[in-house]
Amino acid sequence: MSGKTLYDKIWDAHVVAEQDGEAILYIDLHLIHEVTTPQAFAGLRAAGRPVRRPDRTLAVADHNVPTQGQELGVGAVADEEARLQLQTLERNVKDNRIEFFPMGDIRNGIVHVVGPEQGRTQPGMTIVCGDSHTSTHGAFGALAQGIGTSEVEHVLATQTLRQKKSKNLRVTVNGTPGPGVGAKDFALAIVGAIGTAGGTGSVIEYAGEAIAGLSMEGRMTLCNLAIEAGARAGLVAPDQKTFDYMMGRPAAPKGASWEMALAHWKTFQSDPDAVFDREVVLDAADIAPTVTWGTSPEDVIPVTGNVPAPESFATPDKRASAERALDYMGLTAGQPIADAKIDVVFIGSCTNSRIEDLRSAAQVVQHAFLNGRLVAPHVRAMVVPGSGLVKEQAEEEGLDAIFKAGGFDWREPGCSMCLGMNPDRLAPGERCASTSNRNFEGRQGRGGRTHLMSPAMAAAAAIAGHIVDVREFLP
Amino acid sequence: MKAFTKLDARMAPLAMANIDTDQIIPKQFLKTVEREGLGKGLFYDFRFDEQGREKPDFVLNRPEYKGAGVLVAGDNFGCGSSREHAPWALLDFGISCVISSSFADIFYNNCFQNGLLPVVLKPEEVQALMEEAKGGNHLVTVDLEAQTVVAPSGAAFSFQIDPQRKAKMLQGLDAIGETLTAAKDIDVYETKRALSEPWLEGA
Ligand code: SF4
Repeated sequence: MSGKTLYDKIWDAHVVAEQDGEAILYIDLHLIHEVTTPQAFAGLRAAGRPVRRPDRTLAVADHNVPTQGQELGVGAVADEEARLQLQTLERNVKDNRIEFFPMGDIRNGIVHVVGPEQGRTQPGMTIVCGDSHTSTHGAFGALAQGIGTSEVEHVLATQTLRQKKSKNLRVTVNGTPGPGVGAKDFALAIVGAIGTAGGTGSVIEYAGEAIAGLSMEGRMTLCNLAIEAGARAGLVAPDQKTFDYMMGRPAAPKGASWEMALAHWKTFQSDPDAVFDREVVLDAADIAPTVTWGTSPEDVIPVTGNVPAPESFATPDKRASAERALDYMGLTAGQPIADAKIDVVFIGSCTNSRIEDLRSAAQVVQHAFLNGRLVAPHVRAMVVPGSGLVKEQAEEEGLDAIFKAGGFDWREPGCSMCLGMNPDRLAPGERCASTSNRNFEGRQGRGGRTHLMSPAMAAAAAIAGHIVDVREFLP
Repeated sequence: MKAFTKLDARMAPLAMANIDTDQIIPKQFLKTVEREGLGKGLFYDFRFDEQGREKPDFVLNRPEYKGAGVLVAGDNFGCGSSREHAPWALLDFGISCVISSSFADIFYNNCFQNGLLPVVLKPEEVQALMEEAKGGNHLVTVDLEAQTVVAPSGAAFSFQIDPQRKAKMLQGLDAIGETLTAAKDIDVYETKRALSEPWLEGA
């Protein structure tokens, strides 16, 4: 018999029972936020069902909080519906004794930034959240999945999820990346290589020396985008970097418990003889700084490339989608992508709002500043740290001063312009260099045009005023 | 959840691939704390222009497709964000079955949680239905018990569906109630884990 994959091991450790060919999978951590929970709590109340494990649940307010004036409190949130959702969450967590970091609390922030930061995210765990980018937590070797609101209700009531097992897909990235190339470029290149449906029905394990070389922040960026490849989750096996990141975090085990936990966590590795249903292998050296040109995360090209022609696609469906995408994006087939003029720059989201992301963007801004260059006059640029703690650390390191001096707006934490559910959004036709994860039509505001890229690339675009190769902006 | 057994309804063709949940229900409609009434936001940007006027060309605005109960759509339907508002909006609008050659995972799962039937047919079968629907023939029968879709022309296509999911859809059975029949197993599991991974307790 062949060995087990990391996914197999986590799965096996969490099956409570089987019912009708579906596993009842125990959930170790349930992260909740204001948008996907009100109907779930309403459902529980209607059925008279209690929350089974409030202690395994953590709540934040992130999707529709404003990124300015948070100290004024929820009552001052201008959007009436957003305020209602935030107040509903407050009431629900209080009624059910769930730990909650409200808007303005330094520990609050984007749910996928907060979980790891607090040490709630741990290797070998099963984690769910009503947000598709829950895959982020896979960076710790946790099986982390986005769920729908009915499932949120199910997990609240039973602390389990009903599910069938997915397939195992391994994506190996060998080699060493060139300068200016990092996790976001890997992630986009992988989505480009396998397509947005390439991972459907699978859990992706990322492996190889280029992955091992990534920081925890980088691994989170990578796993964050696993969902854009259609996968149910992404995983990176825990290693010393993982443990170093976790040590001393508020919810991480301490003392003798730490030693015991560590021994347990170390078992979460794919066996050498484990068999994957599918393998994809890439070389980091082949990956350039990458951007999207279209309205699907698979529409990627190297920043040095040209916008593809619809005729270059294999199927009529894809050709039609490409035509529509070009039209929506206001681009012409064949034009160098680096010509595209930018109106807005957004550095933030659960993909790229952690301290390392801000450092890499600030490095570009500082270097430009020392050469007498600021954000281009026609560009509106903003940085939105992923949590209050990220913001605090960035301010301690003086990153906020660099951004402000360079002409960026420095905001308070939240999902912000990742999804345009709060005051931060694009106007129709505006073109945005964004570090978020989705470039769908209207994602950042109706008619808005999104180009996904790394924080350093977005910073460089802000200064150049158009999409640009970050390698021209490195010290 | 409402049971799904057999449906005779109009079908509306939406010949686009990769329809994502942002398109199905744009984010400005997600801020509700209720489930009802989301139908008004369904395919909002397709149905209405910037001034909020109906776009007469869009399939669901055309008189011959008014009141459609079945949607036939291109490949990879429901990709994008995990919002369950997508199936809620479809159901609230009156659509209780979507036919496509493939669905995105999360959307597909969400459908079963809510009594919306996602039917996977072969690409050429979807194409054939699409052609019939576009040609003005749009009364279709979806029979979950028999696992068939009968096109207006009489052509019948059978589809595969997981037997358990089928049984629950037919009965309109709620997943929480079903899982809670295993509450004892969950208790036992929790007790064991509390001993083997004590650091997770009292977090
Ligand atoms: S930043 Fe964007 S993707 Fe991440 S949790 Fe918020 S809305 Fe979801």
